[in-house]
Amino acid sequence: MSDSKINMVETPEGYEGTGFFATKLDTVVGLARANSLWPLPFATSCCGIEFMATMGSHYDVARFGSERMSFSPRQADMLLVMGTIAKKMAPILRQVYEQMAEPKWVIAVGACASSGGIFDTYSVLQGIDKVIPVDVYVPGCPPRPEQILDGVMRLQDLVKSESVRRRSSPEYQELLASYNIS
Amino acid sequence: MALETSDIQNKLVDNFELIVRDFSQQHDIFSFEVDSTSILEVMQFLRDDKTLRFNFLTDVCGIHYPDAEADRQFAVVYHMHNWVDNVRIRIKCFLNGENPEIDSVTSLFLGANWQERETYDFFGIIFKGHPQLKRILNMDEMVSFPMRKEFPLEDGGRTDKDDRFFGRTTDNC
Repeated sequence: MSDSKINMVETPEGYEGTGFFATKLDTVVGLARANSLWPLPFATSCCGIEFMATMGSHYDVARFGSERMSFSPRQADMLLVMGTIAKKMAPILRQVYEQMAEPKWVIAVGACASSGGIFDTYSVLQGIDKVIPVDVYVPGCPPRPEQILDGVMRLQDLVKSESVRRRSSPEYQELLASYNIS
Repeated sequence: MALETSDIQNKLVDNFELIVRDFSQQHDIFSFEVDSTSILEVMQFLRDDKTLRFNFLTDVCGIHYPDAEADRQFAVVYHMHNWVDNVRIRIKCFLNGENPEIDSVTSLFLGANWQERETYDFFGIIFKGHPQLKRILNMDEMVSFPMRKEFPLEDGGRTDKDDRFFGRTTDNC
């Protein structure tokens, strides 16, 4: 192992001794979750093309544990919304989000998904956070693959530090209730 | 022998003298106005006449003229194409602003179905006799007819723009 180029995840904070290592459950669960986020690409336009480049060998999102694209919402952890979402499509996006199993995270990639972008018009949803909660916003029109990767890494930071009980906390319930999602 | 615009005009004037008017050559397309109540019979004549043979309805769309008089607030525009002589015409029908209604031409051209639904969707023009007149592109819950000038183009829910810098008035936010 000594001369290999494999990067290992840093050991979290804890107590180490001969034959044992003790740390918080939150940290271990967070570490496991953060390094195997299964993405669900919801690509509608040019940001989706940039994401294809991000998936490819050059940028290789697999380096961050996300090589397995899940095209079923039920087996996905991370919903990446890339592109303009028309108002007519909003209920479908919402349904996809509701079908995902907890824990689930959302990245809004690009200006359109984050705020409607240049499409300040009656037919376009002015940001997906009008219908589903969003964890990370990636700016850009479209963003470069590096930016999408940075967004994924920011999300990993969130996932690592998230309490295992967050999803049953009153704050989280309140957040979902504010979107009328039960 | 190609189909001349003068032939089209003469044929129409002979058969529909009071119904068809305002013939003009706009750029390279021959255009005229038809009474909105008579569009079906005129279009049937244009399609079935042995020399005119306008066998294809290229397009149906709407126009809103908010500054025009009450009876000419809306227009429905039909483009027809004669495939044999490769001649195109444009027909305009003007409608009342309070009650924009016109006969559906789906009985003549099945292809008019979606185009009339689109025109209804964006302008609220009612096509009488249409088999399924409901919205086609916009979401079903929408209450406005967005291509009418009284409806704002922008979405009211926009939060990341400062209206002072984007030329919006408070009315359409």
